[in-house]
Amino acid sequence: MPSFVIPDKCDGCKALDKTACQYICPNDLMVLDKEIMKAYNQDPSMCWECYSCVKICPNQAIEVRGYADFVPMGASVTAMRSSEDIMWTLQFRDKNIRPKRFKFPIRRGVAEGQAQPFDHWPTGDSDLNSPTLMCEPAGLNTDRGPVKMDKVLTL
Amino acid sequence: MEQFETVTVETDLLICGGGMAACGAAVEASYWAKQHGLKVTLVDKAAMDRSGAVAMGLSAINQYVDLNSGNNTLKDYCDYVRNDLMGITREDLVTNIARHVDSTVHLFEKWGLPIWKDTEGNYVHEGRWQLMINGESYKIIVAEAAKNALAEAGGEYYERVFITHPLVEDNKCVGAVGFSVRENKFYVFKAKATLVAMGGAVHVFKPRSTGEGFGRSWYPPFNSGASAFFTIYGGAEMTCQEVRFIPVRFKDAYGPVGAWFLLFKSLATSAHGGNYMKENADELAKWEPYGHVKPSPANIRNWLMMLDVMDGKGPIYMQTADAIKKIADEAPDEKAAARKLKELEAEAWEDFLDMTISQAILWAATNVEPDKKPSEIMACDPYFIGSHSGASGAWVSGPEDLQNDDTKSEYFWGYANMTTVEGMFAAGDASGASSHKFSSGSHTEGRIAAKAALAYVVDHNDAPTVDGAKVEALKDEVLKPLATFEQFKGATTDPDINPNYIRPKQFMYRLQKIMDEYSGGVSAQFKTNDMLLEKGLELLTFLKEDATSLAAENLHELMRCWEDVHRMYQAEAHMRSILFREETRWPGYYFRADKPTLDNDNWLAFCNCVYHKDTGEWEMKKRPVKYLTV
Ligand SMILES: Cc1cc2nc3c(=O)[nH]c(=O)nc-3n(C[C@H](O)[C@H](O)[C@H](O)COP(=O)(O)OP(=O)(O)OC[C@H]3O[C@@H](n4cnc5c(N)ncnc54)[C@H](O)[C@@H]3O)c2cc1C
Ligand code: SF4
Ligand code: SF4
Repeated sequence: MPSFVIPDKCDGCKALDKTACQYICPNDLMVLDKEIMKAYNQDPSMCWECYSCVKICPNQAIEVRGYADFVPMGASVTAMRSSEDIMWTLQFRDKNIRPKRFKFPIRRGVAEGQAQPFDHWPTGDSDLNSPTLMCEPAGLNTDRGPVKMDKVLTL
Repeated sequence: MEQFETVTVETDLLICGGGMAACGAAVEASYWAKQHGLKVTLVDKAAMDRSGAVAMGLSAINQYVDLNSGNNTLKDYCDYVRNDLMGITREDLVTNIARHVDSTVHLFEKWGLPIWKDTEGNYVHEGRWQLMINGESYKIIVAEAAKNALAEAGGEYYERVFITHPLVEDNKCVGAVGFSVRENKFYVFKAKATLVAMGGAVHVFKPRSTGEGFGRSWYPPFNSGASAFFTIYGGAEMTCQEVRFIPVRFKDAYGPVGAWFLLFKSLATSAHGGNYMKENADELAKWEPYGHVKPSPANIRNWLMMLDVMDGKGPIYMQTADAIKKIADEAPDEKAAARKLKELEAEAWEDFLDMTISQAILWAATNVEPDKKPSEIMACDPYFIGSHSGASGAWVSGPEDLQNDDTKSEYFWGYANMTTVEGMFAAGDASGASSHKFSSGSHTEGRIAAKAALAYVVDHNDAPTVDGAKVEALKDEVLKPLATFEQFKGATTDPDINPNYIRPKQFMYRLQKIMDEYSGGVSAQFKTNDMLLEKGLELLTFLKEDATSLAAENLHELMRCWEDVHRMYQAEAHMRSILFREETRWPGYYFRADKPTLDNDNWLAFCNCVYHKDTGEWEMKKRPVKYLTV
């Protein structure tokens, strides 16, 4: 099944302007059955198990069951993503092995939506035909001083 | 069939794709477009937040040259890439990316990407060129910067619009066409310059998995050859179409091995514990002058492993337990050792959770605790990815200032990263002969190409002329699979089995079977020869004819149909290029059994090709390899 939807938890994203899992799947696999307002994976054999749908679902209604053609049953890997970190829980097939939990940060110092693309460093010239990219040369390395572009020619 | 509205969008720069290269292009282009009053438009088949190869995240930035540390020069990076590709590399392109990539990485950090730092505030390296990151949201962060940049410069982006064809008039690209995967709309993008950044190609070859796990390719199944098709069909000269990439990864789920080799210094061995890199070292002499370079080229490492597999010495193991034990043993006391072990364990699992979650599931399902037992590794299937350790892509101009007298006439024609079609630019997986750019270098190359494309727009600022009749004909062609399905679906009781058409899934299986068996896929142990290739090309001709009978029930399937067509052109370019190069140069990627040795005297050269749409002919060309440095 790769990604699968738990019917009791899925509300078809009624409250949102788009169905979250359908919006995000990079392979266009998640679809909403409008009659019952539940989502499903329309082609599990093209699923990358990327968890994009799992992470975005507002109701934690999506999980992943390892590919049945080579993964033994009974294990699970679940994800809970917040705006700052992600929590993983791994359950082994052998229940004598203690489940593992990991928490990793996902962004640092910049609030969601706030990535400011330009002007972190001055741009050396305004010539469209020069090799200088935005924020260069200063942005090549601010701590140790700019890398000279002519360094390139003396390879 | 239902009606499709035609939506026309006019822009100065069109960016096709929304991945690493496209997002770099969007940021850089927006910066300059704002100053010059130009419009930038980006089109992605998926949602930028999670589209392309970085959808899941990554656990490392694989290209950081760290120029100012004084440890590395551009020449060092260039040497590394050239040797890894067995001498076949455009040094001007590699150097151009390398001289800018550090600034890209510094921008990532400013945008909020957590890059690991040591206690002194220096980046933590995985290997010489690789930085460790907490990369679960890598793509979201990079897409956020791109969207914010577009918004600031008055640009726009379209999601869920699948680009099918380029628009080319008199060898000049004037835009692209595609369709919405969500509503009945056919899109015509008219542009003064177009940047191709739609990733590489997966599922051209048959994957190892047969059932549900079919989608578990190492590279993502949604990178389906759109870049290759766009440039090939548009008439651009292509390069290195024979250079596929076959990564070695943990078996079945294809989890990364980089951290195990580089960070944990783990060994890989045969079932009997033999170190194939040492035991098969005699073989290296056959692949000189690249056999003995350090680090050993990726395909040579594959090859030495494959020799053990072919000798029946499998399974091949990554000796994870030994590696962990060795690191723990180096700790001063037991407490420190326990702490170190815990840290390593988290790092090992995070490596999977950040970029190949399937591997974590597989390990949990097979009760693998890496400190207790080793795990199997294996060669995956062949992929086309110019940004990684493959090299296939469009043949693009280098920058002027990096050429010498010898290279300039061959490698420079006006604008950095422009293909041989005017106004058509390429970056990331879409541009060839500049491997090892990875996520950061692809983003960087997108930036380079975008700036150059805007320079082109300013110099050639005339409205694109698009032939309306041709666009109408293209619209019919693009939507034809829907019409075919409608027309014939009633002819049988099972919509899948119908003598009048072929559905995209079976079409893909047929392509994959041809590639697998004739072009050196998994089941052929990556071996082929001239006769096999010629037979394969014959079968491909039938497939090409049958492509006009593809049928689609809905928009999703229509996308699958065109993905198949895109893959099919990548496949043909590949077979023809393997056939053209009469030697074996990358034995761990493919082996031409009829020409089993490396021939540097005749084939230290690029194999390029041009597809002539009007006649259906492929023109093969040999281009010289010229180095900037010695
Ligand atoms: C499992 C894995 C591990 C990796 N590990 C690392 C690592 O540790 N470090 C590192 O630096 N790099 C790593 N890479 C490599 C890196 O991800 C790529 O080099 C990089 O993403 C290439 O950038 P790109 O823009 O060319 O393609 P992508 O980022 O794949 O983007 C392609 C884009 O094109 C769009 N597209 C495709 N077809 C169409 C179409 N027809 N119409 C419209 N849009 C289309 C896609 O939706 C996507 O937005 C890894 C890749 C994978 C898959
Ligand atoms: S995102 Fe979750 S709640 Fe919304 S439709 Fe999908 S599964 Fe249902
Ligand atoms: S796991 Fe990824 S590929 Fe599979 S359905 Fe979810 S978003 Fe799509």
